Amino acid sequence: MTELTAVRPSTQVSAARSLLDFYVTGMRTQIQTQFQYRAAIYMYTLGMVSEPVIYLVVWRTIANQHGGTINGIGAGQIAAYYIVWTLVRTFNIVFTPFGWEERIREGQFSSQLLRPLHPIHYDLAWFAGHKIPWIVLYAPIAVALSLVFHPVLHPSALGIVVFVIAIWGAYVIRSLNGFVLGMLTLFTTRATSIFQIWFLAELLVSGRLVPLTLMPHWAQSVAAWLPFKWTFYFPIEALVGSMSTSALLTGLLWQLLWTAIGGILVFTTFRLAVRHYSAVGN
Amino acid sequence: MLDGVTGVVHVDGLRKVFKVPEREAGLRASMRSLYARRWREVRAVDGVSFELQPGEVVGFLGPNGAGKTTTLKMLSGLLHPTGGDVRVLGHVPWKRERDYLRRITLVMGNRNQLQWDLPALDSFELNRAIYRLPREDFTRTRDELIELLDIGDLVRKPVRQLSLGERMKVEVVGSLLHLPQVLFLDEPTIGLDVTMQKRIRHFVASYNERYGATVLLTSHYMADVEALCKRVIVIHHGRILFDGLLDALADEFGAYKTIEAVLGDGETVRMQVPRAETSAATARLLAEHDVHDLTVEDPPIEDVIEQVFAS
Repeated sequence: MTELTAVRPSTQVSAARSLLDFYVTGMRTQIQTQFQYRAAIYMYTLGMVSEPVIYLVVWRTIANQHGGTINGIGAGQIAAYYIVWTLVRTFNIVFTPFGWEERIREGQFSSQLLRPLHPIHYDLAWFAGHKIPWIVLYAPIAVALSLVFHPVLHPSALGIVVFVIAIWGAYVIRSLNGFVLGMLTLFTTRATSIFQIWFLAELLVSGRLVPLTLMPHWAQSVAAWLPFKWTFYFPIEALVGSMSTSALLTGLLWQLLWTAIGGILVFTTFRLAVRHYSAVGN
Repeated sequence: MLDGVTGVVHVDGLRKVFKVPEREAGLRASMRSLYARRWREVRAVDGVSFELQPGEVVGFLGPNGAGKTTTLKMLSGLLHPTGGDVRVLGHVPWKRERDYLRRITLVMGNRNQLQWDLPALDSFELNRAIYRLPREDFTRTRDELIELLDIGDLVRKPVRQLSLGERMKVEVVGSLLHLPQVLFLDEPTIGLDVTMQKRIRHFVASYNERYGATVLLTSHYMADVEALCKRVIVIHHGRILFDGLLDALADEFGAYKTIEAVLGDGETVRMQVPRAETSAATARLLAEHDVHDLTVEDPPIEDVIEQVFAS
């Protein structure tokens, strides 16, 4: 009879390195999966591009009717905003709270609970890998949009660096928020109505529907105290706008704060939510 | 290990009560439930106690809704119990400590942990990272299990192209890559054809023999139980009705025995007699007829189990 020795985890590597190994493996798995469906990605991307293109056309038309600018923003800057918007949106795709019902019903949540890793890591790793093929396939669409709409953007070197960090920060904040919201499914079967309110708020005060600078001052003040702005408007403006160094760095600090709040909420509510889990039907 | 806890699995007075909403059909009942919701308590597991020793393979039997799967889910840490005490490998399962989850597995016949679009080898690789297995150990174990279940040609195909039986075999290997010491198998052969069932059975037996793992198995196929388990625990309405050797189950609950005799003229006589009258009936048969061959058999295990539930 063989001794059960392989049950022990590797002691040669640190927990952080093991987690990194999981992220790399999980991302690689998702990249492979996504590349199986190249045609589907193109169709989804085209569908997704239609949203900013509609906003772009509407705001450009309004700008042209007002002598080429709205609130000092030119048509070329509006084009830049919405083209970068699409890139940020692609980065912002996370596991939707609406998917939790199926995740529970199909037994995927049980599978995750049975493994020695917090389920948030699956979502973070999966969708980090998921977006790589999407961005690769989105690049030609971005070029086409640029040729049609002539965006104007002159980012600073710091703006580019902050943008690269901020799109990942935005992704992490949205993932954590989505996870906390999704866990509501364990408490109530009608959680989707709460999700709708959340996403409506996000649509209105994140800079997704309208650049925040075009919103009334009171709406901008409200947006400053909510997480949404830091997941859409801030990364876009870091690249497109002319934010000062201090505004760029403060923005990253806000992202850090919302990441910490999201992380604390995930880990505290998870313990409570799992107690309510009934694992029915799988 | 706690005081008084000797087994690998120690279950004492385990209870799980689900509170489920209840209402009559129809619009009026639906409106009434808005302000006066009625709840009903379902005792899925009601004071279950047992102990499993290292290396034991125990059958956990019961009809649908008896509380088998709920018990397994509590033992594996998926569900929090309403009451009772459980220790598995010295751990309280619902604390879901990493060290605990690394040492157990729960295989459910209808569960899919594999990546649908990719070959199973990729899912195995992911498990290596999740369980933090040293690569050399992982490769050795993976190849060993693949060989044991003879699925070398299946693990390179995308999972979506595998049949149900093939997927189940691959699923089982994926669940054992970290070499768990305790296996909770919930109907691992459900929906499989006879050959596949046999393969899985043989594999579980080999794994148990090779690694000395403790196995708690639920199945509606008595062939699984007869092939793998010396001991069975029978549960019904959340309570244990029997806990002992499979052979003893027939002694205790088998209401009849089957006597088959080949007579001198070649005729075969087959009769079922009440258990208590077996000796007398056999003696009378031998005295009154020219008997060339005689066998006395316990009833099929399915009938015995049915008798247990009926009791």
